[in-house]
Amino acid sequence: MPMIEITNLSKTFTLHNQGGVVIPVMAGASLRIAAGECVGLTGQSGSGKSTLMRMVYGNYLTAGGSLVVAGVDVARASPREIIALRRSTLGYVSQFLRVVPRVATVDVVAEPLLQLGRPVGQARARAEELLSRLNIPQRLWSLSPTTFSGGEQQRVNIARGFAHAFPVLLLDEPTASLDAVNREVVLTLIEEAKARGAAILGIFHDEGARARVCDRLVDVTGFTPGLAA
Amino acid sequence: MGVVEADMRAALDQPLLSVTGLTKRYGARIGCSDVSFDLFPGEVMGIVGESGSGKSTLLSCLAGHLVPDEGQVTYSGRDVLAMAETERRRLSRTEWAYVHQNPRDGLRMGVSAGGNVGERLMAVGARHYGEIRGAAADWLGRVEIAADRIDDRPSAFSGGMQQRLQIARNLVTGPRLVFMDEPTGGLDVSVQARLLDLLRGLVRDMGLSVIIVTHDLAVVRLLADRLMVMKGGRVVEQGLTDQVLDDPQDAYTQLLVSSVLQV
Repeated sequence: MPMIEITNLSKTFTLHNQGGVVIPVMAGASLRIAAGECVGLTGQSGSGKSTLMRMVYGNYLTAGGSLVVAGVDVARASPREIIALRRSTLGYVSQFLRVVPRVATVDVVAEPLLQLGRPVGQARARAEELLSRLNIPQRLWSLSPTTFSGGEQQRVNIARGFAHAFPVLLLDEPTASLDAVNREVVLTLIEEAKARGAAILGIFHDEGARARVCDRLVDVTGFTPGLAA
Repeated sequence: MGVVEADMRAALDQPLLSVTGLTKRYGARIGCSDVSFDLFPGEVMGIVGESGSGKSTLLSCLAGHLVPDEGQVTYSGRDVLAMAETERRRLSRTEWAYVHQNPRDGLRMGVSAGGNVGERLMAVGARHYGEIRGAAADWLGRVEIAADRIDDRPSAFSGGMQQRLQIARNLVTGPRLVFMDEPTGGLDVSVQARLLDLLRGLVRDMGLSVIIVTHDLAVVRLLADRLMVMKGGRVVEQGLTDQVLDDPQDAYTQLLVSSVLQV
């Protein structure tokens, strides 16, 4: 059974405050990802890579088609079902860290585990392990990441995304602003996730990273109305 | 799966609060109209909208401060609107809590901080002074008010401390459903952040269901699982919070989201 199964998915945006313009941004998108498999989305900027990822995460509504993640049709699921799916099954490492100011980095990273009801000690130990691996200096762990550099924030975001062993992971440019050492750590984390059976959908502009972790590439240009070759 | 676990799962699959067709009119003017939703255990629902959108009227109807003209409110299988006043009052002292925007509306300003927290415990039958004071001290700690302030009156506290004290007073009895009306309104941004962090932790650790009314989209993004957008007394859109904010469908929601200044 595929962990992500997208069939004939479409998406439009209606801009009510700009004359009610309807913009079709995706049509006929189909994609299957099995457990342990990593698929990279390609296509020029604006072709809909991030749009597709956000639809999979339930962040954008769909206009038509189906989008089944671990047995849940995200296109039709209630908010409550999507919340439950995100808590246990579907992880997302976005490009930007969004946190409550003032919360310590270690708690930001431990949060997904606490949401699952794991004991505080266990959740923090896992958070500390990941922060160490991602070379976030220990003296920063008790501080809020809001003042960290871009690269540090990205690593905190990655640590949080990998804290729980999500069966399905969405990765939006996980190596974008990292140096060689940390890029290697992140690629190893992705390989480990695949080895334990995670299905991964990602956007990687870094061609070396893409070649190393992706089993297949899907060009979303084929799903973009008016852009298809 | 054990019997107890099966029972717990069944309970989590039932809405804690179920609202159908709730309508409140002020004469010819609409307060809120035909509002329906289900709130499940552990869920946080945000209600946003501009002043006069009906969000506060709705919250007041739900909390029993106003009597709606039409509709049904069911809490944990019980018809709230058909309930005797004494029973509803008992609910609002025990299983429900209401956090006012202005802490002065939710606190007794002439009573000590410890007394403010202890009073709610006494209202549900606690009588042992040492235990009441112990619980009050514990809760002041949880909302980050120093132990040596227990005998001070809230009038000597800052706005942020007063708000945290109001939260302690409300949560000491271990409620299941908390109504919040602009709980971070009127506070400095740095104080707001601290309060948000505190509320998130309490919601998670106590498994609270929360209905939070605010006009601050940043607050709902960080706190609410689900979002309801109101305009002119009606619900124009509802859904998963980040979906409503990132892919708003209704014209008014699109305007609301696009009008927020980016920082």
